[in-house]
Amino acid sequence: MTEAQKCYAEDPFDYGPVDEILERFRGEKGTTIPILQAIQEVYGYLPRQALEYAAKKLKTPLSRIYGVATFYAQFHLQPRGENIIRVCQGTACHVRGGAKIMDALKDQLGIGVGETTEDRKFTLESVACIGACGLAPVIMINNDTFGRLTPEKIKEILKNYQD
Amino acid sequence: MEAQTYRVRVGLATCGIAAGASKTYDKLLPLLAEHGIVPERTGCMGMCFSEPLVEVISPAGETFLYGNVTEDKAEIIVEQHIVGGKPVEDLLVLSNVKETENSHFMAKQERILLSHMGVIDPESIESYLAYDGYKALAKAMQMSSEDVIKEVQKSGLRGRGGAGFPTGMKWNFAYQAKGDKKYVVCNADEGDPGAFMDRSVLEGNPHAVIEGMTIAAYAIGADEGYIYVRAEYPLAIKRLRKAIKEANEHGYLGNKILGTDFCFQLKIKEGAGAFVCGEETALLASIEGERGIPRPRPPFPATSGLWGKPTLLNNVETYANVPAIFRLGAEQYSKVGTERSKGTKVFALTGKIKKTGLAEVPMGITMREIIYDVGGGVQDDKEFKAVQIGGPSGGCLPAELLDLPVDYDSLTAAGAMMGSGGLVVMDETTCMVDVAKFFLTFTQSESCGKCTPCREGTKRMLEILERITEGNGQPGDIETLEELGEAIRDSALCGLGQTAPNPVLSTLRYFRHEYEEHINEGKCRAGVCTNLITYYIIPEKCTGCTLCARNCPVNAISGERKQPHVIDPSVCIKCGVCMEKCNFDAIILK
Ligand SMILES: Cc1cc2nc3c(=O)[nH]c(=O)nc-3n(C[C@H](O)[C@H](O)[C@H](O)COP(=O)(O)O)c2cc1C
Ligand code: FES
Repeated sequence: MTEAQKCYAEDPFDYGPVDEILERFRGEKGTTIPILQAIQEVYGYLPRQALEYAAKKLKTPLSRIYGVATFYAQFHLQPRGENIIRVCQGTACHVRGGAKIMDALKDQLGIGVGETTEDRKFTLESVACIGACGLAPVIMINNDTFGRLTPEKIKEILKNYQD
Repeated sequence: MEAQTYRVRVGLATCGIAAGASKTYDKLLPLLAEHGIVPERTGCMGMCFSEPLVEVISPAGETFLYGNVTEDKAEIIVEQHIVGGKPVEDLLVLSNVKETENSHFMAKQERILLSHMGVIDPESIESYLAYDGYKALAKAMQMSSEDVIKEVQKSGLRGRGGAGFPTGMKWNFAYQAKGDKKYVVCNADEGDPGAFMDRSVLEGNPHAVIEGMTIAAYAIGADEGYIYVRAEYPLAIKRLRKAIKEANEHGYLGNKILGTDFCFQLKIKEGAGAFVCGEETALLASIEGERGIPRPRPPFPATSGLWGKPTLLNNVETYANVPAIFRLGAEQYSKVGTERSKGTKVFALTGKIKKTGLAEVPMGITMREIIYDVGGGVQDDKEFKAVQIGGPSGGCLPAELLDLPVDYDSLTAAGAMMGSGGLVVMDETTCMVDVAKFFLTFTQSESCGKCTPCREGTKRMLEILERITEGNGQPGDIETLEELGEAIRDSALCGLGQTAPNPVLSTLRYFRHEYEEHINEGKCRAGVCTNLITYYIIPEKCTGCTLCARNCPVNAISGERKQPHVIDPSVCIKCGVCMEKCNFDAIILK
């Protein structure tokens, strides 16, 4: 048993995936961001225990990892919903009514930007451009992009993710 | 060789898929199978305005591009065209045998970079090879490093990532730099909101970028490379992964390229959502796994970049131009464009323009030609107000400058910049102060915080813009904005801060009257700044249909049926629903 494993032996948190991820990137350079991306992929966010554990195993100060995690918009230190809705607030969407789409979503879900619904179904976020500007205004739900939106269409789209 | 049957292609890039192209493809698959045809997948065809797009090519080579082909229309195309042999006029967008209302979209374009986009299957290296893929690499590898660099210099290619630095010169710096280990890096961070050229190229023709990078690696003597792609582009990442794998398997990447001793390992790094990482030194820090914070230059990456080693860094479109240079020859390539800006540039046409999409035009074309001839003019025939070019670092150009030639130097002289190629058209309903505020909000929140002028200065500018749009502007605000803007431009550490004031300075230069109206008259002519507008019903025009009152979310409208209605300004939240709903143009902004 290694030093790091010993300390965490009593902890109910499942460190298995972190071990597996660290193993996968072993020996490569510049892996902090890909490791964090992989951890977030597994847990849906960056749990504190996972970061502490990874820091210890990587022999890096936690503050350095935390510094990277808080610098990038992609990383989240709090749990998020099952479905991530990203509303484009880029230039093309802005001039084509992106704000109204955002309002409609806030209204429908009853939450603000950066918040998660109580049932953990949806998290609402804004993004600076999805690159589908030709179809503005645009939103992304998980990895699917929806374009040429109107506030009316939002209801229909959400229905598909409700259950 | 003439094909025996019809060929059918479906545009499956992010924009096509968002419009429903995958469903159309799935619908076509069994329908076409009955006729022994397998529909081909391809990337962006550039005509976002009528996605999903399906192209039918007859055995004789006639092309028929159909637009808005949602799944329910797939059957019509198969029945009428494939079986019946009669093109479906209603859906026709473009054809090589017949004039359509969209022919103008292609007429002024010059497709060199995009020539294979929307034609080849981005997920198949065979498809790329069938269109002379990797021939440029083979040609370059028969030349010496110096000759390859000379050829790029002779082509006159300048960086497409924004600043327009001469590419051949950059390659030469990286070649001259001393070091046994060198890197080649591709900037695919495409952070400018309103720009999607790089995404389309990566999704539609990933091998062109890989081929360009491999030629660069050969030229400067690098054996390792990275493509830094933003995480918001999952499809581009997926297709790149596949392309890299196939190129490795076919001997165009990896060890012993084309049977020689030249090796080049290419990897993908996913960005993590920070605009400043598009700046080259920040990008390199991010690849190293650090916070993406820029550092002062020199040293430039060409001498000291990734892990302190000489690093060549270019944009996606820059690399994608390289195979064309070697295919055509530098001399032929440089015939297109102007004296100091060679070749073509891909623009993303968005905003209030009729035909949104991708347009590749020769450098030196005028803005008017791009917006009116290619893009078909302003949406709903409203009045043109401005075009924003160059993203958050660029500027807004007014109607008076529509005849400006689009090249690096003319744009910079006009207070804008080429930028990455996003063109956002704005009409009379766009408020220029609001646009300036929009961009500054963006750069302010993306400022990494390292240097004071950018961290603090942009915040102060934003506060002033906020109070102007809220109706609390003060005399002297305009002058303060100018003073601050110039100070930040001259003193910020990196390009983000240095260019952040551009949208404000350029709107002040060309749309000063709008700022003055906000401050002195409390008026927003576009009707965007809600504190400065009131909705008003013209009694003579109101028929008392009650439609507005029924739709008002806060019950601010009252009146008897068949009698003129009135809006209570103390209740009104200025959402504009009443004005949208009114059938008699009786509601106006005051
Ligand atoms: C704030 C900022 C953001 C940038 N974003 C991008 C970008 O998204 N894509 C890009 O290619 N270049 C971007 N650049 C320019 C790069 O720093 C660099 O000049 C460019 O990638 C060099 O490639 P090129 O010579 O092929 O143009 C950005 C620069 C700054 C200052
Ligand atoms: S601005 Fe919204 S997708 Fe680009």
